[in-house]
Amino acid sequence: MKNCQSIYKVLLLLVLPLMLTSQQVEKSKSGIFLLKDGRVETVYEGLIDADVLIENGLIKEVAETIDHPGATIVDCKGLMIYPGMIDSGTKLGLAEIGAVSLTQDHNEIGEFTPHMQALTAVNPNSVNIPVTRVNGVTSVLAVPSGGRFPGTAALINLHGYTPEQMYAGFKGVVFNYPSTGKRGRWDRRSAEDIKKDEAKAKKKLKEFWDKAKLQAQLAAKGQTKYNPQLDALIPIVNKEAPLLIEVNQKSDILSAIAWVNENEVKAIFTGVAEGYRVADSLAKYNIPVITGPILSNPRRSSDHFDAAYSNAGKMQKAGVKVAIRTNETENVRNLPYNAGFAAAYGMGWREAFKAVTIIPAEIFGIDDKYGTIERGKVANVFVSDGDPFETKTQIKHLFIDGWKVPLESRHTLLYEEFLQRDPGVKE
Amino acid sequence: MKKIIFIASLVLCSLYTFGQAETGDILIKNGTVITITEGIKENTDVLIRNGKISQIGEGLDAGNIKTIDAKGLYVMPGIIDAHSHIAIDAVNEATNPNTAEVWVGDALNPYDINIYRALAGGVTISHAMHGSANAIGGQCETIKHRWGVMDPDELRMEGAMRTIKFALGENPMRVHGERNSIVPATRMGVEQVFRHAFEDAKAYTQQWKDYKSGKTKVPPEYNLRHETIAGILSGEIMIHCHSYRADEILMLMNVLSDYGVDKITFQHVNEGFKVAPELAEFGAYASVFSDWWAYKFEVYYSTAYNAAILTKNGVVTSINSDSRELIRHLYHEAAKAQKYGDLSDNEALRLITINPAIQLGIDKRVGSIEVGKEGDIAIFKEHPLSVYAINQYTIVDGVVRFDTNSDPNDMRIDIDPEESIPAFYEEELHKCGHNHADGCLQDVHFYNLSYRK
Repeated sequence: MKNCQSIYKVLLLLVLPLMLTSQQVEKSKSGIFLLKDGRVETVYEGLIDADVLIENGLIKEVAETIDHPGATIVDCKGLMIYPGMIDSGTKLGLAEIGAVSLTQDHNEIGEFTPHMQALTAVNPNSVNIPVTRVNGVTSVLAVPSGGRFPGTAALINLHGYTPEQMYAGFKGVVFNYPSTGKRGRWDRRSAEDIKKDEAKAKKKLKEFWDKAKLQAQLAAKGQTKYNPQLDALIPIVNKEAPLLIEVNQKSDILSAIAWVNENEVKAIFTGVAEGYRVADSLAKYNIPVITGPILSNPRRSSDHFDAAYSNAGKMQKAGVKVAIRTNETENVRNLPYNAGFAAAYGMGWREAFKAVTIIPAEIFGIDDKYGTIERGKVANVFVSDGDPFETKTQIKHLFIDGWKVPLESRHTLLYEEFLQRDPGVKE
Repeated sequence: MKKIIFIASLVLCSLYTFGQAETGDILIKNGTVITITEGIKENTDVLIRNGKISQIGEGLDAGNIKTIDAKGLYVMPGIIDAHSHIAIDAVNEATNPNTAEVWVGDALNPYDINIYRALAGGVTISHAMHGSANAIGGQCETIKHRWGVMDPDELRMEGAMRTIKFALGENPMRVHGERNSIVPATRMGVEQVFRHAFEDAKAYTQQWKDYKSGKTKVPPEYNLRHETIAGILSGEIMIHCHSYRADEILMLMNVLSDYGVDKITFQHVNEGFKVAPELAEFGAYASVFSDWWAYKFEVYYSTAYNAAILTKNGVVTSINSDSRELIRHLYHEAAKAQKYGDLSDNEALRLITINPAIQLGIDKRVGSIEVGKEGDIAIFKEHPLSVYAINQYTIVDGVVRFDTNSDPNDMRIDIDPEESIPAFYEEELHKCGHNHADGCLQDVHFYNLSYRK
């Protein structure tokens, strides 16, 4: 008995330092990692038995057997290796606590502010970031919100101490297309009022766009004055960069397609809640789509209950290039379940998995670096004990930018601290 | 005259029976029956007669009644949501820190399409709750999802335990203290609202006792607010309390101990995991979100492992929706308790069946597949805890209310012929710039203004 007590005391002494640091996430490790004996998801053709070598932040090699004397071996026997998932529309990094307005950095004042840079406001130490990445989501698009042109979104990897370290190579100006939907249950505007508001919004849009075109012409001649709003649109006007156009309702989507064609804009549509109603038009004009959340209600009370679940699959089957987003902040971690529901409701596993890996990488023009596990790509990789869409699947290892990231977050730390509290339940 | 009274009472009687909910007969053949309380029964039939489960076994024969072939499908009890605000036209009577006299049962709306959408996710019963603007909100109503009925009374689960909404923390503090400069502006004030209300109710009960015993001659003035609180003290009404922080949860248990109230379900209870042993010792129940957090400061120190920690500490725990979106996939929300904390299949499914039934005081009638219980069933393709699960049929009292094989797009039963603008809500997409606004603050005037920029 006495023995037991002293053993207990020694154990306590060993554990105590860990307990004292339990509210901090452990540091990531860099190095050469060899993922041995796992099965690798190729994205296009299913799982293959292969080893993966990670070095200098990149995937150095994928082959049936790799040996590397200097590498840290990560045993992946019985496990699966997947490319990190990409959420192509979130507020992650830009918002911390929903109801505390001073922690919200995605919504600047003004209607035309495309020069507002999301990357500037990304908080690398947001508590939301570890909570997200431990579920296999390794990159997200951080998107500003609010006015007509609320700012410039940025793709970030969910690891790093500065926004620059996190930046993953894509920025895009966001454009909220004028909407003719009701703004909520409290919106009592008549059909006529809504039409008037739409006409007003489109008039303002045209004025701004015309100015941007003029700015582009002047810029070509080197004659511009400081005007950051208009400067931000020059690459869009010149078709050098795509424009992220948020549009959801059927008639608005058709109107946006006409606007895109008229102004010859390289467009990416986002939201696209009613895309299934106009999927053929989206396919015809080759407009890629970032849709979601899949786990959301149908937009009209007359819609089928699964309208939002099945939307992505219907568009994809019509020939539209479809990526899936959560449009979330603290629960971006549910990206695999959004994709899982899309898969169950018609999209199928493979297309849904592509929609959170290689398709967003293609849409953002970074598919040479992201979206699959291939030699030379950035080492954004997770290892799991099963299908990542299946709810109970556990992530076992995580690599972002080649760093081996600990599977810790506020949620796991609180679990460890409180599962068996002392004093605990009375016998 | 007597004849007239007789005929009149006949008419009244027939009206009364007309108001009774429809029940049905149905035989579900060869399914994998997840009973929740009596294990899993492979290749088993479930027979429902007059809305009640009458037999469970192999090779049952019931003659010529409606039969569902459930071969390869999973048959589980109808899912129960212990916290929702669907099927009601009003949520918050945000005019006083104590509005115990109001009742959401007076605002039932059988036309709400969200009833049907919940059915499509296998949910047969929900607890239509008052909001959390007031420390003591209104009384709630447990409803059965009998989609298609026109009479609000037919939504009620007859004989279900009476419940009332309490609320702690930021919501009552903001609505009353911050907006109107009246108590409560702090968690100290919230405690005193309860103590005050219980004292008033005690005095009120005593006044009636004195009057009835002849001790006093003048009857006290009738007061429905005190009357309702007295119902809590007598154990007739169960408290369902909106709560987040550990300290305020402990506070309410202390108050209840002082007044001899031993029934309570804490709702949301995001920090329940911090005081799980205290909750278990009190015998309090917990109804939690699967993974909602960080939408306000009081849920910043949350963990998705909450349901698992509470369960493993012996607290009867359920997972609720508080949302017309989440209510459609509570089976998926329950599965997250396997992801976060490794609960067994049965432990996870209890979170959305028998446990919420216990919390609503209806576990003798629903929440598991047992002979004698009500015929509320959901039938899934793929295991209900799989992300690929798709509900095929939802049965309420033996009546099929959702059938995926005959499920047209437009299921509305109150189409407005003059509706010219599509009811297309941007709000659904950009809800307050945030996906998880507190559903509990609906109808509070400042709500839309303060959350929306």
